Amino acid sequence: MNPDFINATIGGVMIAFSVIIMMSLLGKVTGISGIIWQSIKFDSAEPGRLWRPAFIVGLIIGPLLVHFLLGWEFPAPQSDNVWLIIVSGLLVGAGTQLGSGCTSGHGICGIGRFSSRSIVATVTFMAAGILTVAIVNAL
Amino acid sequence: MSIFIALIAGIIFGAGLLVSGMMDPEKVIGFLDLFGEWDPSLMFVMGSALIVTVPAFRLIMRRQKPIFNERFSLPLKTYLDKPLIVGAAIFGVGWGLYGYCPGPGISSLASLNVASFLFVPSMLAGMWLANKVANK
Repeated sequence: MNPDFINATIGGVMIAFSVIIMMSLLGKVTGISGIIWQSIKFDSAEPGRLWRPAFIVGLIIGPLLVHFLLGWEFPAPQSDNVWLIIVSGLLVGAGTQLGSGCTSGHGICGIGRFSSRSIVATVTFMAAGILTVAIVNAL
Repeated sequence: MSIFIALIAGIIFGAGLLVSGMMDPEKVIGFLDLFGEWDPSLMFVMGSALIVTVPAFRLIMRRQKPIFNERFSLPLKTYLDKPLIVGAAIFGVGWGLYGYCPGPGISSLASLNVASFLFVPSMLAGMWLANKVANK
């Protein structure tokens, strides 16, 4: 079988494992966009809120371990067009806040609970992504 | 304790992002290029994640509360509204433009490439702007 398919499957199971740890032990939905925003907001009085920045630190340590211990290369950037990257970042940030989630929160945790909001959001961002790539390629 | 658990979960998630190919913007674009040279491999990330998550969530939710916390924190909204759809569409356009969603954007800081150091601050600015506009 295509090694990309195998890696994708192994990576997907690892992501599921992480999501299951968060839900079973802490009762938290692993929505990365929400975790990112809530960790820089820092104005809530929620006890134990430091779990969010800890998760973010882990997100950076994880690939470092795979790189240094297993010798995996980091992927090359897709484009060095500064404006493209900035506009993409702005849209991803604004869109995930407005739409209450991203690929992890809606696509995995939400669909995993059969939430209709998450199913609709996932279909919508997939369709918008597919359309965007088609338009960019046609230009 | 919750900090330690979240750190470990974050490490597994971040490692999974690199292993799966989700951190490779070119692969993501290839996956979204349905009408071109479509690369279906990333379908297996969500596919395998859901195959494991769906039955696991069913088992977990049978419990009264999570093991190290007082209660489950689940999203309260259950209805479809305009911000959900408009936001998801805006996110999809941004995702299709460069190929990073929030997790891989953050994780790719590990590679020290310039793109992620441009992407992450822009994403935070976008989050701030959206909250400002939505007056949350």
